[in-house]
Amino acid sequence: MSERDPDAGKANLRRAREQPDAAGSDASSGIPFDSPTNVPVLSLAGITRRFGSVVALDDAHFTVQPGTVHALLGENGAGKTTLMRVAFGLLTPDRGTIRVRGTDTAVASPATALSLGIGMVHQHFTLVPAMTVAENVALGGHGRFDPQAAATRVREVAEDAGLSLDPYARVESLPVGAQQRCEIVKALARDVQLLILDEPTAVLAPQEASELLQWMRRYADRGHAVVLITHKLRDALAVADDVTVLRRGRTVLTAAARDTTQEQLRAAMLGDVTRRAGAEKDDGKNDGKDQGKEDAERAAPTRTADSATAVAATAKSPAAKSPAAATVLSARHVTYRDTRGTTRLRDVSLDVRAGEIVGIAAVEGAGHHELLRILAGRLEPTGGSVTRPVRIGFVPEDRHRDALMLDAPLDENIALRDAGLRRGRMPWAAIRAQTTALLHARDVRAAGAQVLTRTLSGGNQQKLVLGRELADDPQAVVVENPSRGLDFNATAAVQEALRDARAAGAAVLLYSSDLDEVLMLSDRVFALFDGRLVETVHDRDAVGRAMLGTVPAGAHA
Amino acid sequence: MTRTLTDGALRVVLFAVVALVVLSGVLLLTGHAPGPALAALARGSVGSGFALSSTVVRAVPLALAGLAVALAFRAGLLNIGAEGQLLLGAGVATAVGVALGSAPAVLALPVMLLAGALAGAAWAWIAAELRRRFGVLEVISTIMLNFIAISMVGWVVRGPLQEPTRIYPQSSTLPLSQQLPMIIPGTRVHLGVLLVLVLSAGLWWWLRSTASGFRLRAVGSNPLAAASAGGISVSRTTLGAFLLSGALAGLAGSVELTGVTYALYENFSPGYGYTAIAVALLARLNPLAVLLTALMFGALEAGASAMQRDAAVPSVVVSVVEAALILMVVAADRWQSTRTTNVVVTTDDADGATVAAGAGRA
Repeated sequence: MSERDPDAGKANLRRAREQPDAAGSDASSGIPFDSPTNVPVLSLAGITRRFGSVVALDDAHFTVQPGTVHALLGENGAGKTTLMRVAFGLLTPDRGTIRVRGTDTAVASPATALSLGIGMVHQHFTLVPAMTVAENVALGGHGRFDPQAAATRVREVAEDAGLSLDPYARVESLPVGAQQRCEIVKALARDVQLLILDEPTAVLAPQEASELLQWMRRYADRGHAVVLITHKLRDALAVADDVTVLRRGRTVLTAAARDTTQEQLRAAMLGDVTRRAGAEKDDGKNDGKDQGKEDAERAAPTRTADSATAVAATAKSPAAKSPAAATVLSARHVTYRDTRGTTRLRDVSLDVRAGEIVGIAAVEGAGHHELLRILAGRLEPTGGSVTRPVRIGFVPEDRHRDALMLDAPLDENIALRDAGLRRGRMPWAAIRAQTTALLHARDVRAAGAQVLTRTLSGGNQQKLVLGRELADDPQAVVVENPSRGLDFNATAAVQEALRDARAAGAAVLLYSSDLDEVLMLSDRVFALFDGRLVETVHDRDAVGRAMLGTVPAGAHA
Repeated sequence: MTRTLTDGALRVVLFAVVALVVLSGVLLLTGHAPGPALAALARGSVGSGFALSSTVVRAVPLALAGLAVALAFRAGLLNIGAEGQLLLGAGVATAVGVALGSAPAVLALPVMLLAGALAGAAWAWIAAELRRRFGVLEVISTIMLNFIAISMVGWVVRGPLQEPTRIYPQSSTLPLSQQLPMIIPGTRVHLGVLLVLVLSAGLWWWLRSTASGFRLRAVGSNPLAAASAGGISVSRTTLGAFLLSGALAGLAGSVELTGVTYALYENFSPGYGYTAIAVALLARLNPLAVLLTALMFGALEAGASAMQRDAAVPSVVVSVVEAALILMVVAADRWQSTRTTNVVVTTDDADGATVAAGAGRA
């Protein structure tokens, strides 16, 4: 890959900065860090990374210029964070080159990245709660630890960066916003020139978020570079100089923020068909290697295209035929405030009828996590009321954490359902028989009912969970990202199981971060944005707008 | 189940071999001839009827406290406080014995044993409540409670429970009616042995075959899944496990008192509660296997006294062996679990795996 000019690759609509291609091509390895030329701080070219059979990054390109804020956009699972983990040395790419200030580099570890001047603030903070701010910042340093000097350093860095932070405060006593400032100062104290922020505004209150965005702007104006990973288009356009959009691990758009609109970005994120065709035409000018790849992709349609065809072929659900079907699962004016006091759900009302699949589309942090758990009876709402049937199945997205005992055999995981209500002896013989039957019926590939759950592949584990939750023909099923991390066949099996449940008369509530999956499976679609739920027409465009909040749908503006 | 049983038996044999090898090494290093020392160890632990009975008698408190630890660990609770719970059990049983005076054995013994169990449970309940209310880690609270219990015993044997002549820091010897009968005449093998057999079989069955036992295991295996997928009340299950574990450890104290020492004194327990952790871990928290590992440690300790007496080898070398065994067990389990975890991590859920790896390295 390295023989190719990284900037000439598939940086599609790159009509932005004055000398877009000046950087990567010239042999600029000798230029010092603070050189005034337009050498990109970071340039990622042709990055490919697989996790098992899942391709997380597929020939992705990304270039950051000094003195800019660069927004990295994409849906959940588009590969934004994975790409930045590659840049920060947490992941090694299978293919592709990383250039830091014009020099080909192997970023082997976060320590290497920091020594190269690349810092990253993760979405989930990596602070030691019991330690003070100064101690956290000093963490990872070498030699003697001098509390006084550490505190002075924090004060200097924070002041210089224009962030208010008390070096002696214990991290656990700080509000989230201050914890985030601590993370930022931690990176800045290592003299980074490029700061990567992963969804930094997701945890912040609106006021804090806008302050952070303004800070980013000022910080970049002083010659540093910032990468802002986000899926909030408004944030991106408000603060960024450049935007890059990833979709399914590929770079689909790179442009100057001032030359793009929310509409264009949304289309790129969601893969608007017409726009995409246009982009591919542009690509035609590029080298033949890539052209071939595009052709190959068109010839072998992706999973989404396949599924779309499947949708067209699927008969309409029973609910569509008889709209009078009974409401099984219902929320009335539900509100939810989390332990931090942040409002997650605002006056949400929702009915799910027997024999229909209701889909929810939302971006990370919109409140779907809480809504699903409230409807499944796993979380108490702060306000409002919920009606739910006795028999209800729940498939959480993190099966390892919330659904399975990995070190227990399969039959014990099946026995987990209703374990809270059971009295007396465990009918293990019956449970074992039931498990064996379930393995057969759900096509779970396992050597038997008593193998350890850990030994199963992700797809088989998911089929097991689904089989358990659907085993007693529940009146309602709540599923969250049911095909996350699964390969094609397992995904198909999971979706088939949901359709079967619907056909059997269950009320199914589905959330998926994959908008196509929501559209494909659902009879009715709702979008959740910032804690508000709105029903939308069954149309990719409309749902996309509503879930990204780009259209003031109804009440919220 | 038979597979895990033979598996457990295999481990015990393996660990016994390792124990002998380590012991020989320590003996050589400290300048003792391994031959005579090991011979003395064998004589003192299994060499005669008396030696065998010593082994069995020493195994009783280890097994009971080992069951206590195993049960707690199965529920995901790191109860390091069996020592303190055991001492509390012995202390309260002594006090109840004094209060009962000359009550007949059929009344006195059950009441004393039960009092010991309740006292142990109460001592564990403090740790449970600290965890529930303030999030205090039970590892810390139970260790601290151990020190308090040790000091309390030191005080009562010089104060309220001291023998009437007020010379020795110990309680009066229990009357015959408060001593557990011997089940093999002429030996020191007391009724507590039967109690241990019944309890370990009972606990094994309970964990395996009952709904409440399954709930305990589920909470220990994955509390989040137990709550979300199983609708299990984690806090209630945890409290139950704490109390039951404490009761077993407390029972170990009252059985030791009524079966072996017949009096409470300052160093009543030579660290039974701590050795019990090794007993439980070596048995992989299986109540039936606890019997075997308790016997093994009982033999080591019985043999250690003989070794000191006959071969002039300090009995503390046995502690070195015990510690080496614990390290080995922990390392083996850790190795096994990381090996299996890796398989899952590389094939599935790429994002979560890298978060973990990243947090570790960053």
